[in-house]
Amino acid sequence: MSFNIYGCWTLFKKEVVRFMKVFIQTILAPTVSTMLYLLVFGVVFEDAVVIYGGQSYSSFLIPGLVMMAMTQNAFANSSSSILQSKMNGNIVFVMLAPISVFEFYLAFVMAAIVRGLVVGVGVLLIAALLVDFEVYSIGLILLFAIVSSGVMGAMGVIAGISADKYDHLSAFQNFIILPLTFLSGVFYSIQNLPPFWQEVSSYNPVFYLIDGFRHGFLGVSDVDYQQSVVVALLFFILLSILSIFMLHSGYKMRE
Amino acid sequence: MTTSAIELLDVKKRYKNTEALQGVSFSVEQGEFFGLLGPNGAGKSTLINIMGGLVNATSGVVKVMGHDVVRDYRMSRSKIGVVPQELVYDPFFSVWEMLVIQSGYFGLGRENHGWINELLETLKLSDKRDENLHNLSGGMKRRVLIAQALVHRPSVVVLDEPTAGVDVELRRALWEFANRLHSEGHTILLTTHYLEEAESMCDRIAILNKGSCIALDGKDRLIEKSSWRVAVVTDKLAGSEDLFSAALSSAVVSRSRNSTQLRISRDEAAAKNMLQKLSSLGVSDDKIQLREPTLEEIFLTMTADKVIV
Ligand SMILES: Nc1ncnc2c1ncn2[C@@H]1O[C@H](COP(=O)(O)OP(=O)(O)OP(=O)(O)O)[C@@H](O)[C@H]1O
Ligand SMILES: [Mg+2]
Repeated sequence: MSFNIYGCWTLFKKEVVRFMKVFIQTILAPTVSTMLYLLVFGVVFEDAVVIYGGQSYSSFLIPGLVMMAMTQNAFANSSSSILQSKMNGNIVFVMLAPISVFEFYLAFVMAAIVRGLVVGVGVLLIAALLVDFEVYSIGLILLFAIVSSGVMGAMGVIAGISADKYDHLSAFQNFIILPLTFLSGVFYSIQNLPPFWQEVSSYNPVFYLIDGFRHGFLGVSDVDYQQSVVVALLFFILLSILSIFMLHSGYKMRE
Repeated sequence: MTTSAIELLDVKKRYKNTEALQGVSFSVEQGEFFGLLGPNGAGKSTLINIMGGLVNATSGVVKVMGHDVVRDYRMSRSKIGVVPQELVYDPFFSVWEMLVIQSGYFGLGRENHGWINELLETLKLSDKRDENLHNLSGGMKRRVLIAQALVHRPSVVVLDEPTAGVDVELRRALWEFANRLHSEGHTILLTTHYLEEAESMCDRIAILNKGSCIALDGKDRLIEKSSWRVAVVTDKLAGSEDLFSAALSSAVVSRSRNSTQLRISRDEAAAKNMLQKLSSLGVSDDKIQLREPTLEEIFLTMTADKVIV
C-alpha cells in the first residue's frame, strides 16, 4: 500500500459531506454576503471609478469579490475542520488510520478547493442575474480558482494545525488573510495607487491570485497574467511543502 | 519464535514538563489477554496512544505485530484497533456513516459493509444505525467507539478503560465481548481501574507507576511473588483504634468494624515476630487467619506513595 487512494478519497468525501451538511453556513451565507458587497460597491461606485478605460466597475469588481469569497471559504474549510476535530478529539479517528501526511494534506486541500469552487460558482450565478460581465478565458478562470483555493486550503491546514482555539483562527484570518486580501486590489486597480503602494502590493501574493483571475474575465490586468500564474503556483507549492512538513513533524498533532 | 503482538523497547515520552514514560519495555504475545494497570497519570493512555500512532514517543521502539509504529505505520495501524479512553465522536455523522468512513480510511469499501452490520448487531447498535452520534448515550457512544476500532478487523485490540462510566449490564456485555474476541484469536490489551475485572480476565498483567513498569507477570505469579500474605484478625478488639496503633499501623491493609487485615511477611521469622506482637496485644491465635493477597491489595501496596516495608 504505497498510496492509500481509497483512504484519501474517503477523507476528502467526508470533508465535502461535512460542509454540505451545514451549507447554509458554509455556502449560502458567504454567497449572500458577497452579493451585498457587489450591490453596495457596484452601485455606489459604478460611475465614479474608471477602470482600464472602458470597463464598468462592476465587471472589474466581480472577479475580485468572487476570488475573495473563494479564498476565505477555502481557508475556513480546512482550518475550522481541523481545529474542530482537534478540539472534539475526533481527529484521532484519522490519525489511527493508515493515512499518510500527504494523503491527509491532499484530502483537506481538495475539499477546500471544492468548497471554494462551490461558493465561487454560487456568487457568479447570482451576479449573472444582476449585472453583465465578460468572460475572456474559462481555462484561466478555472486555473486561478483552483490554485487560489488550494493556496488558502493549504494555509488553512497550517492554521488548523497550529491553532489551539478559535481565537487563534480569527487572529490568522483578521491579521493575515483579510489585510492581504483587502490590499490586493479586490476593490481597485493598483494602477490607481501611488508608486510606493504599488511596490508594496507587488509583494502581496494574493494580489497575483486576484489579478490573474481577473485577467480570465476581462482579458486585461495590472501585471502580465503569466507572471501571476507563476507566482500563484510557486505560492501554492511553498505552502503545500510547509503544511506537509508540519504534518510530518507531528507538530501539535502527535506530540 | 513467533512475532510478539506488541513489543515495547525502552519507550520514553516527555511532555512539556512531565516525564510520562521513563523507559518502558515489555512484550505482549499473540493471543494474550493482557492487563495494563496503574493509578491515574501512570502513563497507560500515553503508552496506548504511542502503540496506535496517535503520539510519537520521545525515544524507544514500539512494534505492533512486528511492524514499527513510526517507520512502518501503515502496517502497524492496520493490525491494531484502539478504543480511546475519552468518549470522542464526530457530531456531523450518524453511527452508520461514521463506521463506513472509518472503514474507508483503511481502504475498505462496500465489501466491508457486511462486517459493519455484524458489528452493529453484536454491539446492539442496529436500531441506532442512523442516529446522529450526538444523540447517543455515553454507553452507546462507547460501543460505537469499539465498533470503530474493530472495523478493519485488527488482530490486536486495545481497550483504554472500556468500562469507565458504564452501567453493570453493559460492563458484563463488554467483558463477554472482549472474551469472545479473545477466544476468536485476537490479542487483547486493556486498562481498567476495576482490579477484580483484571484479575478474573487477564492472563498477564503489567503495573505502571509514574511512567515505569514496576511489575510484569502472570497474575498468579504476581500474587505468589508478593513478599507478604494477609492476616485477617477477627478479634472483638481488632476494630478498636488503640489496638493497632503505632507498631502495626503501617501493615494495615484495610479495617472494618469487626476485622482488620494486615500484611504479614512470607518470611517465617518476620511473620512469627508479627504474630507475637498480635498475641501481646491480646489477640488469640484462633482469631487470626492467613490468606493470599488479592491483586488489588498488591496493586495498592506497589503504587502507594508512602514506602511500605
Ligand atoms: N497531551 C499531553 N500534554 C501534556 N501532558 C500530558 C499529555 N497527556 C498526558 N500527559 C501527562 O502524562 C502523564 C500520564 O498521563 P496518561 O494519560 O498517560 O495517564 P493514565 O495512566 O492513562 O491515567 P488515567 O488512569 O487517569 O487515564 C500525566 O501526568 C499527564 O498529565
Ligand atoms: Mg488513561
